[in-house]
Amino acid sequence: MQYEAPESVEAAVRLLSGGGPRGRVLAGGTDLLVQLRAGVITPQLVVDIKRIRESREIREEDGMLVVGAAVTGAELGEHARAKSMWPGVVESAELIGSTQIQGRASLGGNLCNASPAADTVPALVAAAAECRVAGPNGMRRVPVEDVCTGPGQLSLGDGEFIVAFELAAPPPGSADAYLRFIPRTEMDIAVVGAGVNLSLDESGRCTAARVALGAVAPTVILAEEAGAALVGTECDDSAMEAMVAAVRAACRPIDDKRGTAEYRTKVAGVLATRAARIAATRAREAR
Amino acid sequence: MARAHVITTVNGDPVEFLCDTEQTLLDVLRDELHLTGSKEGCASGDCGACSVIVDGRLVCACLMLGVEAQGHSIETIEGMAGGDRLHPLQTKFLEHAALQCGVCTPGFLVAAKSLLERNPDPTETEVRYWLAGNLCRCTGYDKIVRAVLDAAQEMRGG
Ligand SMILES: Cc1cc2nc3c(=O)[nH]c(=O)nc-3n(C[C@H](O)[C@H](O)[C@H](O)COP(=O)(O)OP(=O)(O)OC[C@H]3O[C@@H](n4cnc5c(N)ncnc54)[C@H](O)[C@@H]3O)c2cc1C
Ligand code: FES
Ligand code: FES
Repeated sequence: MQYEAPESVEAAVRLLSGGGPRGRVLAGGTDLLVQLRAGVITPQLVVDIKRIRESREIREEDGMLVVGAAVTGAELGEHARAKSMWPGVVESAELIGSTQIQGRASLGGNLCNASPAADTVPALVAAAAECRVAGPNGMRRVPVEDVCTGPGQLSLGDGEFIVAFELAAPPPGSADAYLRFIPRTEMDIAVVGAGVNLSLDESGRCTAARVALGAVAPTVILAEEAGAALVGTECDDSAMEAMVAAVRAACRPIDDKRGTAEYRTKVAGVLATRAARIAATRAREAR
Repeated sequence: MARAHVITTVNGDPVEFLCDTEQTLLDVLRDELHLTGSKEGCASGDCGACSVIVDGRLVCACLMLGVEAQGHSIETIEGMAGGDRLHPLQTKFLEHAALQCGVCTPGFLVAAKSLLERNPDPTETEVRYWLAGNLCRCTGYDKIVRAVLDAAQEMRGG
């Protein structure tokens, strides 16, 4: 196995797209190393992106938050500005694993491991985050919800990798939240995850809402009707009921040892309601 | 198999080693550098027996490649005692009988040290959450948590 740690985006793209063996991107390695060890993957080339500045820094560009794809959960959690702009995205990243895993695990790795239960993905989708994808044809922007096409499957082309995530400046009166359900308090895979991002006007009426769900379909899903059910309302009980109905209609879960399809569908509605309430409270405080 | 030449710092000392690119940092520490204090409990990030500190961050050595150590600073359990003088956490683990078979102990000590470096006065809940990635099959955790709280108090000078 050839190991490379390029220091620029261009050098990484050259390695990943240059005629040699097909390369694997390495960020924190908390998924990759487990798969290497288990023999699930046997890459001939590993390209470590942690020496690339753009992938390792958190910065603000014209009010927008740009988070490097290899920034760790611990680093994001310590970033006061990131936390105040996108509390739901940050809390989703902080849920990943233990202290040790937090020291390495990244948003890019969480997304590109392409698990339907990845914790940060519903939060990023609800936040309408976009990926900066570098490849042989230059840079392009891809909405987070378009990156995974199925469990373990990505839409990224040959030689492409995610350099960073763009999170727009939230408009006044906006906030997000993420909740997951696991049978214990730490260190487990989500049975269901729900991310909600909403905006309230001065009178408390919802002007925009995005609801995204994890572990209830082959990929994380954006439940557009669920968001639409909140828009124009004051997020009162009847609006929440309509939102829950739309959430449950969007779920296409499987039965497994973590929960039955019926249970997941039920819990998805409960979590989406709670996350929406937290987001609404934060949005009011943000005014 | 590709061999790599790596220059790094381990417990404050400059170290050079050759390793296969597939070897984890844990493999390198144990098999190449003969620092066998860090243990392999699971090799999948679940047990924390391999905990080390890299550039001030607690990580699992089993989830990092040896080649990734290039240019970084690594602290292991071997660097914890100052010569013959045990670190207060080590003393308190002995006093509280916070170990039985001892396989988890180096990982707990390194993890607890990194907690107290950041937070000299943690609550019991904070200790329990910080150490949630360290598993112990023997002690039932209570003695470990008490030893950490007691060491924290002593290190604060109380
Ligand atoms: C003990 C333990 C507990 C965990 N708990 C959780 C949890 O609670 N919630 C959760 O969601 N996950 C959890 N995970 C899974 C894992 O930690 C996360 O998915 C993490 O975010 C992966 O990030 P990474 O940087 O380590 O990725 P890596 O392992 O480096 O990479 C993962 C995959 O993504 C690819 N990749 C990485 N970065 C990029 C990029 N920028 N562009 C293109 N491809 C890329 C890699 O090639 C690889 O296929 C846990 C893992 C362990 C070992
Ligand atoms: S051996 Fe590394 S976490 Fe268990
Ligand atoms: S003392 Fe045996 S595993 Fe902890």
